[in-house]
Amino acid sequence: MKRIITTTVINQSGVLNRVTGLLMKRQFNIESISVGHTEQPGMSKMTFVVNVEDEQKIEQLLKQLQKQIDVIKVNDITDKAMVMRELALVKVATVPAVRSEIYSIVEPFRATVIDMSKSATTFQVTGDPEKIEAFIDLMKPYGIKELTRTGVSAFVRENQKVPTTHLSIL
Amino acid sequence: MEVNVKAKESTNKEQSRSGADVLIQSLKKQGVDIIFGYPGGAVLPIYDALYKNPIRHVLARHEQGAIHAAEGYARVSGKIGVVIATSGPGATNLVTGIADAMLDSLPLVIFTGQVASSVIGTDAFQEADIIGITQPITKHNYQVKNVEDLPRIVKEAFYIASTGRPGPVLVDIPKDISTQMFLSATDENEDIHLPGYQPTKNPNYLQIQKAIKVISNSKKPLILGGAGILAAKATKELKEFVERHQIPITNTLLGLGGIDGDHPLFLGMAGMHGTYTANTAICDCDVLINIGARFDDRLTGNLAHFAPNAKVVHIDIDPAEIGKNVSTAVPIVADAKEALRELLNQSFDSPDTVDWLASLNVNKKEYALRYKADKEKGILPQQAVELIHRLTNGDAVVTTDVGQHQMWTAQYYRFNNPHNWVTSGGLGTMGFGFPAAIGAQLAKPHERVVAVVGDAGFQMTLQELSLLQEFRLPVKVVILNNQSLGMVRQWQQTFYEERYSQSLVHVQPDFVKLAQAYEIQGYKVETMEEAEKVFAEAFSTNEPALIDCRVVQLENVYPMVAPGKGLNEMIGVRGE
Repeated sequence: MKRIITTTVINQSGVLNRVTGLLMKRQFNIESISVGHTEQPGMSKMTFVVNVEDEQKIEQLLKQLQKQIDVIKVNDITDKAMVMRELALVKVATVPAVRSEIYSIVEPFRATVIDMSKSATTFQVTGDPEKIEAFIDLMKPYGIKELTRTGVSAFVRENQKVPTTHLSIL
Repeated sequence: MEVNVKAKESTNKEQSRSGADVLIQSLKKQGVDIIFGYPGGAVLPIYDALYKNPIRHVLARHEQGAIHAAEGYARVSGKIGVVIATSGPGATNLVTGIADAMLDSLPLVIFTGQVASSVIGTDAFQEADIIGITQPITKHNYQVKNVEDLPRIVKEAFYIASTGRPGPVLVDIPKDISTQMFLSATDENEDIHLPGYQPTKNPNYLQIQKAIKVISNSKKPLILGGAGILAAKATKELKEFVERHQIPITNTLLGLGGIDGDHPLFLGMAGMHGTYTANTAICDCDVLINIGARFDDRLTGNLAHFAPNAKVVHIDIDPAEIGKNVSTAVPIVADAKEALRELLNQSFDSPDTVDWLASLNVNKKEYALRYKADKEKGILPQQAVELIHRLTNGDAVVTTDVGQHQMWTAQYYRFNNPHNWVTSGGLGTMGFGFPAAIGAQLAKPHERVVAVVGDAGFQMTLQELSLLQEFRLPVKVVILNNQSLGMVRQWQQTFYEERYSQSLVHVQPDFVKLAQAYEIQGYKVETMEEAEKVFAEAFSTNEPALIDCRVVQLENVYPMVAPGKGLNEMIGVRGE
């Protein structure tokens, strides 16, 4: 099952390496990871998506992360109400014959054009990973020349609708 | 005039301190009285500071020897072992010891030199990325980027190494940091700042209540005592708890010594080469109280068959160990001593264990550890260990490597005292036992220290005989010499149809002459009569001694739980 984990870490050299090294050592597969500064100086937030077999594995992962000296906070927010966004840059072959057709597809995704040439257009699309997947799928038939994704960034919403089962760190 | 200038220079020097000076001062502040190490280019400034402001330094003959000695020192003294090595090969030679200390939770602080900051990352002479290399095998590691951080980092390193679940912490110091002048007049930056590290020491009250309920209602409770009891120095509390509630106890390999080896409630060691009584008790118990053990695979055997009838109460200071391998009914994150104290503070009905103990006592008699001695064949290793036990009254500090000799020592040397058992459990490091004995002897100069080693493991770190020669440490090295890699050979016999691939070692040095080369009394014994006489003589002096004890080559360690099998599927329970 796919889990979305956020961690607050002390922003010092090697901390990303520590976290990814730990995941590698314990045989967890990272699907995506994104890192950046937070509102607190000296702190960074990592959001990563991992695929795990069962609840025991995810609990073990959370505990191992929590054990790292540079890791301040660990949360599995998968089951919470949250905001989750990813950004993708997609360069699509846009020969004049299909250009308007492509544009009409792009519109509902609210993707923006950020670069353009005679034969290709680069779109920027943001949203949750499913939306981005859908966008990519629709663009595929026209020929994707280049694609890059930032990975998911997320945090929990201020208002939680219903209490969810939250995996605790003992 | 010239004299005056020199005098002025020297006072200036005394006032201004280099990073290396500050490091040595910080070590003294931490109460460090012994360092195990080896100098080299990148740590020249540190060794120069040490020259001017000495702390006792033990110069091992290989960095691996230094770190294993520090581990032995840490294990028996409960203090932090301190190691210094240079960059590159000096640091990489420590790697085995660091991994060993990590798996066996030993508190070490390791200082490695590093090439100067300006050339880090250029593949400079003797550069190795020791931070990257040791990240997965240290509790934490630091590279010092700024000389002003040094006092704080040293303080944090000692704090992290010794609190919570102990472990090794490495501090990598670039050479320019050691030589740079430390500008602050005071070590004002030394306040530790570790917002991400707050180990839980005290148990949760509600969890203790749950545990009490489970224990009270049990009919067949069993305690599994691990090294966490020793690390927490909780042996007194453990004994009181066990005796008050009449609950039988078994130990993990590293937990041995947590309770007297001859205690009537002690069932012997559990696990792959554990006693029949202990292993079947794990299978039969209805409540298993794990205190400070991590359910290692060598203890549990096949997890699917482990303690099938038991509700598990698990007390551990490391939350990540709880539920990692065995699902737990009552998790208690706490220091073993605090948890046991809390359990002792609560008055509750003891479980009725009369029948349970009676059946266990039948097993203890019926399936005691046994071997078949045969005068014609020669000395059995088990006999040699029993002889050592007899001569030392079970009071000695005993160290081992990994393998057959380790298992025989664990089975037959029944420890009267805690903190006397020094062995490489988790990593299973050959070459650990002998240097560890040196560290143990330095920690306890007035106690008898015996290194029981195999002929193969001893040859991995025997260069440290120099330390016995140099300090006249009265360590007794007993080589249980079966001219083979015994455990490898045993597995080849059992699982590979006796194809002894690379496990029989016919060519060996003359160990007696080798000892003599280091000005150490050497002996060789081949019969029990000789052994009785020679061991008694060697153990009566206050000098180092080495005994090449020739033992039966094809003897196997029994009982045994084959890999992948459950603890109830033992072979060789009758010692054959």
